Amino acid sequence: MSAAGAPLATRKTAPDSAAEAIHIENLHKKFGQLHVLKGVSMSARDGDVVAIIGGSGSGKSTLLRCINCLENPTSGIIRVNGEEIRLKADSHGNTVPADRRQIERIRSKLGMVFQSFNLWSHMTLIENVIEVPVHVLGVKREEAIATAEKLLARVGLAEKRDVYPAFLSGGQQQRGAIARALAIQPRVMLFDEPTSALDPELVGEVLRVIGDLAHEGRTMILVTHEMKFAREVASHVIYLYNGLVEEEGPPEQIFGAPKSERLKQFIRNIG
Amino acid sequence: MSLDHIFSPLLQLGAIELLSPAPPGWGGNLLRGLANSVQIALGAFGLGLLIGTAGAYGKLYGGPIVRDLMEVYTTVVRAVPELVLILLLYYAGADLINRALEGLGYTRIDINGLVAGIAVLGFVQGAYATEVLRGAILSVPQGQIEAARAYGMSPGLLMRRITMPAMLPFAIPGLANLWLIATKDTALLAVVGFNELTLETRQAAGTTKAYFTFFLAAGGLYLLLTLFSNVIIARIERWSRRGMPSIAEGR
Repeated sequence: MSAAGAPLATRKTAPDSAAEAIHIENLHKKFGQLHVLKGVSMSARDGDVVAIIGGSGSGKSTLLRCINCLENPTSGIIRVNGEEIRLKADSHGNTVPADRRQIERIRSKLGMVFQSFNLWSHMTLIENVIEVPVHVLGVKREEAIATAEKLLARVGLAEKRDVYPAFLSGGQQQRGAIARALAIQPRVMLFDEPTSALDPELVGEVLRVIGDLAHEGRTMILVTHEMKFAREVASHVIYLYNGLVEEEGPPEQIFGAPKSERLKQFIRNIG
Repeated sequence: MSLDHIFSPLLQLGAIELLSPAPPGWGGNLLRGLANSVQIALGAFGLGLLIGTAGAYGKLYGGPIVRDLMEVYTTVVRAVPELVLILLLYYAGADLINRALEGLGYTRIDINGLVAGIAVLGFVQGAYATEVLRGAILSVPQGQIEAARAYGMSPGLLMRRITMPAMLPFAIPGLANLWLIATKDTALLAVVGFNELTLETRQAAGTTKAYFTFFLAAGGLYLLLTLFSNVIIARIERWSRRGMPSIAEGR
């Protein structure tokens, strides 16, 4: 990117002409009696880095997990790269994807990174990275291995390729999980509190990798507690409160000149 | 009475000749019986694994009817003594098949003892394997299954690539028990006249009156089978735990 050397905060928003990668309209999610999302709308264009912030229980992780239907929304519209996820009611009255193949195809274009890494414990690091390309996307094994080696080198884990996840530190596991996400050449990357389970001294190495990806122009949706980081890399910030979008805007506005009382208080408490 | 007096008939010089594999020794019969036992145990264990896998998935992910059916199956089979089940399934099962055949206008058939033995023991093993595998699947960290779903794996692929290998370390101890039980449960088939190791031993002992020699030899063969199994099981277990730090190292 040409912005090398420029301060991080000047990261450009995607041009208005960019295609819409994620579009969410009036999303509701109930867990039994608990109404977690109460009509959330948001969108991300190609190249956007959207940070979702909010207190615990605000619904930010649920919102992210609805995008690839790890949680099935109760109602609302989700479009990924312009394609709407078809939903239907099952026999218990729950909303579920209407077409399993459609949701699997959409999921295979979304690279998800979890709070607790979730690498597959019976596979070595490189086996984890090639698993989805080889078995879901049908990439040739040798090609997948070559790509995986580059990705592992990129996240600084080249020499750990044959190590099982249980023998890696949390930071290494999370960087490996990011390589696994990159291996599918995702249209959008979804980060669900990627540093919350890490020891403080390991947070930096993971944030550096994510920051690099953001500056590369990747489309990302990031649920995070790292406010400083969100301010640096995000092109757009959404503050969720109690299942609703309380305030959203560019990071300078959200962190520099928040309008809502709740957001002001949230930033004070967390800063 | 000295110990010598008790044991002398057992230590008859003829023991070696009696156990010789070639006639007039009975060793060959015993080995054939062992081979039959191993065949049945392998078949029953394999069938049990198939039933158990289907049963575990049925119990975990099936609809209400499937779940209830599985519950009835595992409860009934685990409640009734195996010997009763074997007699019931062997005789009633054969009768049922023949009645069905007659009803359809075919002639009666002789049920092959090997097939019947495998089917009956496999049916029993399946109930226990269902519970072993259900527990093992529940032990797989949920996040790993969620990650597979998040990357677009179909249910079949997820089962083959993630759930099965990830649950193996939790299933091996229980499955190893089931295998050893399978090898010994084959002895129960003696009651329906199948020529496995125990029946062969009884015949040899009854004919020669050298009870101690033959039952000791049979016990030795069962023990050898177990020891050999333990070696294989230990290898499989080590392989299945390849991604896990050893407990000894962690201390």
